[in-house]
Amino acid sequence: MKQAMQQDNNFQEDDLDRRIVLATQSGLPVVAEPYRVIAEQLGISNELLMQRLETMKKDNRIRRIGVVPNHYKLGYTANGMSVWDVDDNIINEVGEQLGQLEMVTHCYQRPRFPPEWSYNLFAMVHGRDREEVLNKVAQIAELLGSKARKHDILFSTRILKKTGLRLKDRG
Amino acid sequence: MDQLDRNIINTLQYDFPVCERPFAQLAETLNSTENELISRVQAMLDNGLLTRFGPMYNAVNMGGALSLCAMEVPENRFDEITEQVNAFPEVAHNYQRDHKMNMWFVLATESEQDLQNTLDAIEDITGIHVYNMPKEKEFFVGLHFKA
Repeated sequence: MKQAMQQDNNFQEDDLDRRIVLATQSGLPVVAEPYRVIAEQLGISNELLMQRLETMKKDNRIRRIGVVPNHYKLGYTANGMSVWDVDDNIINEVGEQLGQLEMVTHCYQRPRFPPEWSYNLFAMVHGRDREEVLNKVAQIAELLGSKARKHDILFSTRILKKTGLRLKDRG
Repeated sequence: MDQLDRNIINTLQYDFPVCERPFAQLAETLNSTENELISRVQAMLDNGLLTRFGPMYNAVNMGGALSLCAMEVPENRFDEITEQVNAFPEVAHNYQRDHKMNMWFVLATESEQDLQNTLDAIEDITGIHVYNMPKEKEFFVGLHFKA
């Protein structure tokens, strides 16, 4: 009986976090008290909402709360996905090194698929034009030296689809 | 875009506070007023300088699954395959890239099982192998975009 109640509570907690995600995934209202507006929509107190958001930030379910600039409008119109073949033993060191560089916005280790695909480190590099991205990647290659066995850069030639990540509303 | 807009973009990319009056709190740091900041952020959302304002959720830590997938699509079937792949709501974005592996898309689903099912379905309908490249590790990234 006690266990059943416990599960019930957990379910309700998960359900509230889920409702918070659904209410905020398209954004916050741009008003003096944005959290209060959301809390009222959800029928909970502002304090509870802020507490849940803080918890989700701490356990990294929320990366951050903030704005996303349109990098095209800021003049960063070129982006290249640079990919690197790095020894697995030093990938942490190299990954941290790449992440620190200006204009690198994402840096991930991903699986290889030899022989078709031997690159295990991905770094998205942005620039004001293709030339700048190429220069940046050349600088990175120089910096890494023999730590990178080879590298390539894949420019996007067309956006085929772009929608946000969305949770489905289960109703 | 003036210096205040730039400062707003550079500051708010990193952190928007969780408190009763977040814009009032930011007004001190940015040497502005609550009302001014609200109208600037709204204006930048309206004119497209900002694409989003709010929490960025981490799909994987929310219990969902996310993966970068690549396909080698024959040029003469590219449009047809694009249509088939984009028809899946689980495909969040999709880019054509200048490489032998010329189609790169991100799958976002609510579970690992959904992700695998979607991958299988895409292979079935297109008849093309999908390379599944979920992130194994994410490295800290220092700078976003300097406005």
